[in-house]
Parts: sequence; structure tokens; C-alpha cells
Amino acid sequence: MEDIEELIENFSMLEDWEDKYQYLIDLGEKLPPLDEKYKTDAWKVSGCQSQVWLVPEHKGGLLSFKGDSDAIMVKGIIAVILAIYSNKSAQEIKKIEVGKIFAKLGLGEHLSPSRRNGMMSMVDKIRFYAESLEK
Amino acid sequence: MFDVYKVRKDFPVLARSINGKPNVYLDSAASAQKPKCVINKMSRVYKTAYANVHRGTYALADEITSEYEKAREVVKKFIGADSEKEIVFTRNATESINLVASSWALENLHQCDEILISEAEHHANLIPWQIVCQKKGCRLKVFKIDDNGAYLPQEFIKNLNERTKLVAVTGMSNVLGTVFPIKEIALAAHQAGAKVLIDACQLAVHSSINVQDIDCDFLAFSGHKTYGPTGIGVLYGKSEILESMPPYQTGGDMVDKVTYQKTTYAEPPARFEAGTPATVEAVGLGEALRYMMKLGLDNIAAHERELSAYMLQKTSEIKDFKLVGTATNKGGVFSFQVGNIHPQDLAYVLGKEGVAIRIGHHCAEPLVNRMGYTSLARASFGLYNTKEDIDAFVAAVKKASAFF
Repeated sequence: MEDIEELIENFSMLEDWEDKYQYLIDLGEKLPPLDEKYKTDAWKVSGCQSQVWLVPEHKGGLLSFKGDSDAIMVKGIIAVILAIYSNKSAQEIKKIEVGKIFAKLGLGEHLSPSRRNGMMSMVDKIRFYAESLEK
Repeated sequence: MFDVYKVRKDFPVLARSINGKPNVYLDSAASAQKPKCVINKMSRVYKTAYANVHRGTYALADEITSEYEKAREVVKKFIGADSEKEIVFTRNATESINLVASSWALENLHQCDEILISEAEHHANLIPWQIVCQKKGCRLKVFKIDDNGAYLPQEFIKNLNERTKLVAVTGMSNVLGTVFPIKEIALAAHQAGAKVLIDACQLAVHSSINVQDIDCDFLAFSGHKTYGPTGIGVLYGKSEILESMPPYQTGGDMVDKVTYQKTTYAEPPARFEAGTPATVEAVGLGEALRYMMKLGLDNIAAHERELSAYMLQKTSEIKDFKLVGTATNKGGVFSFQVGNIHPQDLAYVLGKEGVAIRIGHHCAEPLVNRMGYTSLARASFGLYNTKEDIDAFVAAVKKASAFF
């Protein structure tokens, strides 16, 4: 798994959108595929424009996630989201301002709280898992 | 003479650039852009003649009421209805169909009755009937189309019988572009004793409509797809049927006489327009339909046919481009799949290139699944699209193909 700081640095070196997209595709291709047994409605994130699955893991008070999609760029975006949210406590997850991180990556249009386009549903689900853990 | 380059100047939004590229808008089947005359008309009404409709006794109220009712006359003319009493203003086609489901179907359908729809229906012409069937113990039957998306007369006839009380079909599929022979369908349905509802959302944009010629009992379309504003739609219903129907919602402006205990209702269409309607939007819709009629529905259709032919020719040059919906009688709606590229991935790249398409299930999930997909990309034409738009689309798809 890539480190988010490293991703921010890598993205900052890419000037045009073509290079950023190519990098997202590479990240998507590198993301380990989710075990087929998880590709069910139970793990599906609704509200996305492609099929997206998200599976939480809970170890020693920290949350991690596995994810997958049938769209390769979406997989790349998932890789970024997982880098942001994995190995975090519920408290830490609550504090993350994901929109700002995506803006910093130059991918603001793919994930911003105000636009409510697809991928925000995945973040909502991560936050939901974090909240359930706190209770 | 229909000059598309001149026509485009009527649509201010087409002149803006997207990501430094020309705005190539190929999503008119979802919602169409608005001509200046509509924007100006609505703005003028707000600036000079606005008040609540049907209520006042002063100049502004008279003027807005006159504008609103003039818009109804334009709709009547646009669809060839017999009387403006047959034109009900709604929020959109979805509400028009829900109105028929709640008011007509719940009153008139009983256990074991059947509702017949096609496989190519939008959710708006599917879910209201599912609910009627659940509430009344009726059966929803779905007649098949072929794998190219073409209408199969024998499949329709096979499913039509004396229990069929309603046939509800689209005039033109929003996914496949297939144009259904609605006049033929209405004739057969009536012979079987069924009423006929046409979802004309796409059809109304691309060809002229005459409800008396089709002889449908109900017809629905949305204003925002016919170059008018959002928030306004139309339900056409034959006079004698609308007169027999109870109100859909109740409140102001739809009553004849009210006491604390009892109310008698106004005649249609007022009976079905409870509360303050989307008045200025209705006026805007009237202006949009006037604009379309001025350009000429036949001219618009001819222009779109030319675009469609060019689209077929140019997309055949794209490697692994598969068109979904290849019926002979097809309008300017093109759903497609390119190789193994997910439509979402494709749309990301097209978006950056300034090309607007829609992806997903297009509010017709069973149909997209039936064609063998979970998601499809769709490019659709409006009267303002050009061959240059298609060239830009093809170039963007080729660029996306190289990406993935």
C-alpha cells in the first residue's frame, strides 16, 4: 500500500490530467483484487456509477479496508482512498478532510463533499464503519 | 432552411468552453439545453407580469393567467390535442405517469387485471405500475424486444388479452433509441379493450406528435427535454377519461365548492393542478415548444437523421465500438460499449475532452441488464448538435481507447 504523503508528492509532479489519469490507472492495476467471495451486494457501495465493493478489517483498535471496482480508474481512486484511511483509529478517520486531500492531489473533481458524485458514497461508508466501531 | 450553425447561437451555454475545449454536449436525452427565447421569456415574466395564477383581479394576475393558459394552448397545438382541457401541467413526465397510476389505475383496475409494458421502459413507466399491481392484485406483464432492441409485434400481441386494462409503452427508448409503432400498438390495445399510455419523453423531442392520430388515451412528456425549463411536465388525457378521474392531490385551485365537511372538484385540467403550479416554468415550456414548431419538427427530425447516419459511419471506424440498440427505426440515442473499457473510465476521459455523455443504467436498469450490461455509455443528440460534435466525440473515444 502506498503512503498518502508519497502519493501527494507523486501527483504533484504530474502536470497535465493525462499523466494524472495514467498514474491513477497504474494505481488501480496495482491494487490487489478483492476476493470474489466479497463481490456481493452485502459489500457493495451504492450510489457509485460503477460497481464498487468495500470490506472493512479491524485489528488492534485500527481500521483498514479492502476495496475493488469493475472500472480501472475507479480502482485507482479507491487505492488513494485506502491509502488515506487504512490503519487509522475511528477518531482519526472522523478528523480526515478527504476533500482537501483530493484537491491537493489535483483530483478534486473526483471526490468533493459538495459535488456528491459517486465516490463520496465510499467515504460515507468508511465513516459509517468508523462510527459503528466507536459505539 | 434549417441551419444548425445559426440555431446553435440561440443556446448560450454551447458557446462556453469546458476544460479549454469546445462544449460538446451529447446528453440531451437526459436534459436539453435552453434557447435564449425561453430564458428571456421567463425572465421577462418575472420582471413585468408576475403574480399568482388564477387568483387575482388585478392587471398582473390577469396577465400571468393569460400567459399560463396561452402556454396550455401551445402544448395542445404541439401534440395535436382536441382541447386545452386535455392538457394537465405536472412537474415532469414522472409525475404525469404517477398521476395516471394513482388517479385512474387505482380506481379502475382490479384483481387479475393486467398492465402490459415493454422491456424498454424507463423506471418512470415501470415502478408506478409495480405499485398499482401490488395494491390492486393486478399482474404486470412485460413484452420482449429482440437482442438488437427492435420491437417485436408478435411478442406484443401474444401478451395482449381481455384482462389487459392498460398498455403503457415508450414512444422511443431512452437507452436504445428504438421508436415504437405507437399508433399500431394503440389500435391493437383498444381492440382488446385496454387503455393506452405513451411515455413520449424522448419521442416529443425528436419527431412531431399527434395524439388524435395515435389515438392514445394518455401521453406524458417532460418540459426540460423539449428545450424548456425543469419542473414542468405535461399529461395529456382524453377529455372523457380525465373527467371521470378523481383528483391526484388536493388543495387550492382545484375545487368547485368547499365547505368544512365536503368539497366538489373543479373540471379538468384544474382538478389535477392543486396548489400554485410552476407557472413561469409552464410559460417557459410554451415558449420552448413554440421555438421547436418555428424551426419545424420535420426539419429537426431530418437534421437528427443526418447526424445519426454520420454517427454510424464515424463510430464504425472506432476499434471494438459496439452499439447497443440497432433497431432499424431508431432515433438519435446511441448507447455503446468500447472493448472492455468500463463506461465510467470512458466518461472520465471524455469529460476532460469537453464531451458530455451519460453513463450508468439510465433509469432503465432491467433493460440495461437485459441487453447484457450493468452500465452503458450513451451519447444523444439535440437539435443543436453538429457533425463537428460527432468528430470531437469520436476523437475523444479514440483517445480513451488508447488510455485503457
